[in-house]
Amino acid sequence: MKTLAALLLGATALVGTQAMAETTLTIATVNNNDMIVMQKLSKDFEQKNPDIKLNWVILEENVLRQKVTTDIATQGGQYDIMTIGMFETPLWGEKGWLSEFSEVPVEYNLDDVLQSVRDGLSFDGKLYALPFYAESQMTFYRKDLFEKAGIEMPDKPTWEQIGQFAEKITDKDNEVYGICLRGKPGWGENMGQIGPVVNSYGGRWFDMSWKPQLDTPAWKEGVTTYVELLKKYGPPGVASNGFNETLALFANGKCGMWVDATVAAGFLTDTKQSQVADKMGYAHPPIGKFEKGNHYLWSWALAVPASSKEPEAAKKFIYWATSQDYIKLVAEANGWAAVPPGTRTSTYETPEYISAAPFAKLTLETIETADPTDATQEQVPYRGISYVGIPEFQAFGTAVGQQMAAVIAGQTSVDEALEASQALVTRAMKQAGYLKD
Amino acid sequence: MEQSTGQKIATALVGWGLSLLMAFPILWMALAAFKTESQAIASPPIFFFAPTLENFAAVFERANYPHFFLNSVVVAGGSTLLALIIGLPAAYAMAFYPTKRTKDVLVWMLSTKMMPAVGVLVPIYLMFRSAGLIDTRSGLVFMYTLMNLPIVVWMLFTFFKDVPKEILEAALLDGARPVQQFWMLLLPLTAPGIASTGLLAVILAWNEAFWSINLSTSNATPLTAFIASFSSPEGLFWAKLSAASLLAIGPILAFGWMTQKQLVRGLTFGAVK
Repeated sequence: MKTLAALLLGATALVGTQAMAETTLTIATVNNNDMIVMQKLSKDFEQKNPDIKLNWVILEENVLRQKVTTDIATQGGQYDIMTIGMFETPLWGEKGWLSEFSEVPVEYNLDDVLQSVRDGLSFDGKLYALPFYAESQMTFYRKDLFEKAGIEMPDKPTWEQIGQFAEKITDKDNEVYGICLRGKPGWGENMGQIGPVVNSYGGRWFDMSWKPQLDTPAWKEGVTTYVELLKKYGPPGVASNGFNETLALFANGKCGMWVDATVAAGFLTDTKQSQVADKMGYAHPPIGKFEKGNHYLWSWALAVPASSKEPEAAKKFIYWATSQDYIKLVAEANGWAAVPPGTRTSTYETPEYISAAPFAKLTLETIETADPTDATQEQVPYRGISYVGIPEFQAFGTAVGQQMAAVIAGQTSVDEALEASQALVTRAMKQAGYLKD
Repeated sequence: MEQSTGQKIATALVGWGLSLLMAFPILWMALAAFKTESQAIASPPIFFFAPTLENFAAVFERANYPHFFLNSVVVAGGSTLLALIIGLPAAYAMAFYPTKRTKDVLVWMLSTKMMPAVGVLVPIYLMFRSAGLIDTRSGLVFMYTLMNLPIVVWMLFTFFKDVPKEILEAALLDGARPVQQFWMLLLPLTAPGIASTGLLAVILAWNEAFWSINLSTSNATPLTAFIASFSSPEGLFWAKLSAASLLAIGPILAFGWMTQKQLVRGLTFGAVK
């Protein structure tokens, strides 16, 4: 009899929970540390909203991009919330694939979200995603190696100085390489790094009539600078190093300097992951000839596809995950150094954060000064700093990245690679209808 | 052709060396699964360390392993069974009652494997969406059956071809109908071949990542999607990814180990006449 009662009770409880959880939200996100924290802390959201159940799909960036692109382009309706980047958001917003954030609740305090990041996630003044975290670029260096060599890193170094420093601290016999940079081909890998260098030497991808400009002296100068640094002072096999490989090298004490995403600072100061945590120095990203456009802006943001059947509940979750309260929740759970960076002014006004993250001020400065709508010396018909905001860019950006990797690996010369790149971008633009024959 | 002791030792050394070289990535992955994240990326690489189970704990905490495992078993097993049910009669007909076009049909079947899968992703996705098959196990079973069918038919066809036609003719004279021929003669004669075909289909379906990741979201996700969720573009993940991979390939590795006798026997079946 007791068993029967227990069974009945159990069954009632089951029915009860089913009746409570009326809405299920499927969230697609990338397997980055900050998102894993979000998944763990989402119990807080479910407690506050017992009628909403969360279903997580966590994938590697490229796999995720392929999946959500397929789903959104075919209106598959598999996801209620998608984690997408600054590259996709305006493009998908323009196509009407995303639900607009038109009436953001007052308590969300939208004005607190950094203006440059909001602009990057808008199209035509309409906001299509809210930032989960944002990043720009900075120069990381090893204070101990600089001290030993008797040199000092200026706040805003030039690429020329970076070359001089690299020469002084490179010690190949002891596997210390003056500079590590990404060589791995990909529009978001080596091209994400080379793009800002080219901007800084006065280059641009296209002129106002969409004619590719890769055969210009500015490109040659930018690419030569990048490649020569790696050839002379870089680690072996650098043509296949992406973000993670370079992070591993730096964390193991093999690099003197590294210019890359600001989020690396969080990993490099974590004593569990880095052997050089107490030796880290930070400076602005290097300048070629001009400061403008020498560092990119990127954000992982949360958006609601137009095909979602539960847009209101989905937005509710996004307001929670990108709120000031969420940032406080992370700080309480994992400490201030672990909060998602680069989204809210209030984060940078919190004294605990500033003291926990010595790189915080610089991160904020680089994010605020990166402007995707004005990153080049001459006018351009596109937006983006390290990328060109058109769908075709992913393909030709990666193809040019392969040419660059070939130069870094010593298989071809800068001139040949740029000539080939100019030809392949021209062909892609003709096929896409931007250029007439 | 007697081998001298020296030759024997040399052959054994070369054999072991090559096997070690081929198995090294998997061994290395197994080692990395028990390291901390910073040990996993250490350079020079570390071979001796105090093993930790923290990666497995992290993997189990974040993902529901039994859910993925069950999906893999259902999808790989189901698609193999279905492919054999369709493939056996097809191969039988083509091997023993060939027409003028049999060769063309076989080549056409194989040619469907020549196109990269991504080329048909959007049409397949649209069809799956209309049929309500996205994120269902039956959808994946259907997809894998189609994917493995050319290989299954080809393998079975070659095994059947090796059976002397006279045996079947003798059975026919004794009054056996085609169905009886099939069950009482052909199946016992080619059992090792059919078993190895089935095993190969299971392994191919178990390891298939493209369709499983693209056509499943959360309900039907097999172990390949489980692995994909532990790789990260920003941050260190080698140790956790290795732990997840070990958990994903473990069952199929054990399965392959237990059935290797049948597999090898089947694959070399009829090689020497």
